[in-house]
Amino acid sequence: MPESFISRGFRGRRQAGEVSARLPPGQYLERGFPVLSAGPTPHTPLERWDFSIVGSVEQPKRWTWDELRALPHESVTADIHCVTKWSKLDSHWEGVSIDTLLAQVESEADYVIAFSDGGYTTNLPREEVTGGKAWVAYEYEGEPIPPEHGGPARLLVPHLYFWKSAKWVRGLRLAEQDEPGFWESLGYHNLGDPWKEQRYTGD
Amino acid sequence: MEGTTLHGRLTWQLGEVVETRTETARARSLTLAVPGWLGHRPGQHVDVRLTADDGYQAERSYSIASPPEERGKVTITVERLDDGEVSPYLVDELKPGDRLELRGPIGGYFVWEAPMGGPLLLVGGGSGIVPLMAMIRHRRAVASIVPTRLLYSARSQEEVIYRDELDQLTRRDGMLEVIYTLTRRQPPGWTGYRRRIDGELLRDVAWPPRDRPRAYICGPTQFVETAASALVSLGFDPAQVKTERFGPTGGG
Repeated sequence: MPESFISRGFRGRRQAGEVSARLPPGQYLERGFPVLSAGPTPHTPLERWDFSIVGSVEQPKRWTWDELRALPHESVTADIHCVTKWSKLDSHWEGVSIDTLLAQVESEADYVIAFSDGGYTTNLPREEVTGGKAWVAYEYEGEPIPPEHGGPARLLVPHLYFWKSAKWVRGLRLAEQDEPGFWESLGYHNLGDPWKEQRYTGD
Repeated sequence: MEGTTLHGRLTWQLGEVVETRTETARARSLTLAVPGWLGHRPGQHVDVRLTADDGYQAERSYSIASPPEERGKVTITVERLDDGEVSPYLVDELKPGDRLELRGPIGGYFVWEAPMGGPLLLVGGGSGIVPLMAMIRHRRAVASIVPTRLLYSARSQEEVIYRDELDQLTRRDGMLEVIYTLTRRQPPGWTGYRRRIDGELLRDVAWPPRDRPRAYICGPTQFVETAASALVSLGFDPAQVKTERFGPTGGG
């Protein structure tokens, strides 16, 4: 593609410098909170809800809703970037760090596959969800996360495209080998770094 | 889980606008000739990229409206968002002979192809009709007789996209039914639905769950939430209810 292509008559709407510096390539600023998911919104009652760490671990671990809520939690302010092009700045979340959860299991596995109600999965290298980079979030803007936005709990991995922040998350499966999740099997990038515009396979 | 993995890199391609068609006061279809287009599956979308003369770029995604059988061509239907950055350009500015950068096809889940069978329930709200139309056109192009119902919610008859084509298709094809609900304004003598979709309306229209229907829902967030939840309540298999949602976005 010649870099010189210009769309005749297109002027565009540039953001102020400080906003534009926070928008990864190809993203635009969104003030609402669009919803994207591939199927119906699942509704699991909290008394039946749990979060588990399974797979390549010495001893699998499971938390009920109350147990998860009793864990040390953190407030997170993050910019989020959806592969469908919108970005939202300064979103506020409350949740439990993945570091806190993984500290309670013994595992050498290098990969995690998050799994959700409804069958959704997404894969992540362990190093992308540890070191203060990922959470199991249960509040958004001071309120319980609405079901259409992934409540009662969703993964929050804000430095990657938002499909990695699995809605309705129910656990992590640790694995020695990487394996593509739902969108990663359908042509989306395996890692999804928005600053490298890793939207699709091969980007 | 259906779908194919896309291999290799999705590169930006230049398409040339060969035809435009005003669909409604706010929606226009653009047909692009794309040399080397490798085809797509009904329901997939493309990314479009606009570049200003100072190098500033904006990208958006649009559903493909044309069936794969129209080789070498891609039609998108774009609805103008008045405060949008890209859609006013695509709807009002672009004309035949202009070129447009695009890459795709993208997405492999919200896809229906005739061999997947049915019965098929398509539920579209507003411009959410676009990817469903690709499925309907594909079904026609391969002369599929999969029983198909389209439930199409629009504010008024004037805002129904593809109305003439849908009328023609249903006249010729006894296995295709189109049911409208016009939520804001109805023409004189209208006897159809006139309310936003709800569980009762879907129960009237949907195939019985025992027929193991496949459902595809596309529209604004609340529309999709309502329709998908209602179908699951009626007994549809959640794995066969596929959704595509447009957020309340002012950016498009």
